[in-house]
Amino acid sequence: MNLSKFLKNGFLILVASLVLTACATQKKTGQMQGDVYTGKETVEYLASGVPDRVFFATNETVLTTASRETLRKQAAWLRKNSKINVVLEGHADERGTREYNLALGERRANSAKDYLMTYGVSADRISVLSYGKERPVDSGSNSLSWSKNRRSVTVKAN
Amino acid sequence: MLLRYLFIVLIIIPIEAFALIEVDITRGNLSPLPVAVSPLAIDKDSKENFEKLLKKKNLGSEISVIVENNLRQSGLFNPLNKDAFLQKPDIANLKPRFEDWNLIKAQALITGKVTFVDKKLRVEFRLWDVLAGKEMMALAFTTVPSNWRRVGHIITDKVYERLTGEKGYFDTRIIYVSEEGPKTNRVKKLAIMDQDGVNNKFLTLGNELVLTPRFSPTNQMVTYLSYFKNLPRVYLLDIETGMQEVVGDFPGMTFAPRFSPDGKKIIMSFAKDGNSDIYTMDLESRIVERITNHPSIDTSPSFSPDGRYIAFNSDRSKYQQIYVMDKNGKNVKRISFGNGLYGTPVWSPRGDLIAFTKLHKGKFYIGVMRTDGTGERLLTENFYQEAPSWSPNGRVLIFYRETKTNSKGEGFSAKLWSIDLTGYNERMVETETDASDPSWSSLLSN
Repeated sequence: MNLSKFLKNGFLILVASLVLTACATQKKTGQMQGDVYTGKETVEYLASGVPDRVFFATNETVLTTASRETLRKQAAWLRKNSKINVVLEGHADERGTREYNLALGERRANSAKDYLMTYGVSADRISVLSYGKERPVDSGSNSLSWSKNRRSVTVKAN
Repeated sequence: MLLRYLFIVLIIIPIEAFALIEVDITRGNLSPLPVAVSPLAIDKDSKENFEKLLKKKNLGSEISVIVENNLRQSGLFNPLNKDAFLQKPDIANLKPRFEDWNLIKAQALITGKVTFVDKKLRVEFRLWDVLAGKEMMALAFTTVPSNWRRVGHIITDKVYERLTGEKGYFDTRIIYVSEEGPKTNRVKKLAIMDQDGVNNKFLTLGNELVLTPRFSPTNQMVTYLSYFKNLPRVYLLDIETGMQEVVGDFPGMTFAPRFSPDGKKIIMSFAKDGNSDIYTMDLESRIVERITNHPSIDTSPSFSPDGRYIAFNSDRSKYQQIYVMDKNGKNVKRISFGNGLYGTPVWSPRGDLIAFTKLHKGKFYIGVMRTDGTGERLLTENFYQEAPSWSPNGRVLIFYRETKTNSKGEGFSAKLWSIDLTGYNERMVETETDASDPSWSSLLSN
């Protein structure tokens, strides 16, 4: 019998949206306008009258009128407290692929950053951190929960 | 972090028999091939030695169970109930009485023998064509006894290859992200396990968020995203030594990493000032190249197996779609034009298809299309699922699926699932914890 031999050498390691189609009807409920969250439930405050977060529509990174108002308050507060630096944490809802959402969160936080800079906060006081869909504040699987999670949150860094 | 070498001596006895049985894996298999996996014969001394060493009562039976489970889960084979077997394992391995096996409707028969030789595990096995009454294959391996599970996987790979004409995917591992804790604050760890869910090991402790591990085609290295010190960066991890390092020196988040087909480069996204573009870094020369330069989000890059093209995800047409470009970033072409959004393109190891995640009308789909975007085929629909990864032979996809929560946020789970390219044989892959972001290794032994 003609035998051929092979030495096989392996190794073994023993560790070894729903785009919600933008809720086509721009319905204004108590807590959402279109699909942008307008409620107060999850909002915290950096100082009295200075909300810490802004919200976004599905797949969007543009700031709403309400978001711009919030960011102007943050900018005024930051100008007054010039020793405080902030991290803008950008987030997405769970209805998107993980990697795209990381990019989307980064873009949302940068929208907020750009606006703060326009209102006189210097870039070196602001850093940006995207969590994509990794850190929702609301664990529900419904459009209201998702709207709370599409956000950029301004957090004191020092 | 142990490295075990598996020296396997394969003795191939040439086959004269003309095979009558074969399995077509290109179609959904509604009548899997009936196969009898006889327990591997084992002599008394060997049995006692292995029992002492491995705490396994009958190593011959244990190995045959691995083969049986692998064959069943492939969806292409129907391993028959052992209670119906008439012939003893040792006799069947010498010369099967084909009439007996024919009687229980077995079309293929696997027999074998396990022996303890010089403190090593020696396994021989044979594949028989029951209808033709011929031997189709005979192989013998010698290895360290602790590799006994891999022997079962290698036998399955050989049988699969002989009967389907294509390489198997059983002697492989899956790296994934293990998940625990509440949805709002998941603790995530890198974990690795054999393809059949056994030998699970955690590679990180859960102190920092980790995402999207991907195997190198050379198997010892993994690239993934870690939030170590709250700086999300692409890392390179040697699973053999546990050594890891940041890939490149980018002033911002790097993410969505994958290896080039030769394992020499990492391709990934770098996000700066709200814009994500695609970069490569050569792991040896450390040279970084920018591949895309566009104000849109460009992410989830995946090389074609010949290294000439890159599929990626971009929202340059407003929403997420799949694009293909040359490896230098030239000739960008959109290939996804169906209804809905498309993400996570992954080039098949066979080169002819791209797997993707699709979002349409509130449902998520795993599908495949040709590399020019034609021939889109959706394999599975669910509330949420994404991140397909190919088996090394390009016949099976593994991905993860998340469940919907109720109004109180209860009922969340994330699990790994696999499905054949045919759209058949969808099944959950058992993991100790919740799991996501699976990546399939190449064959550990070829």
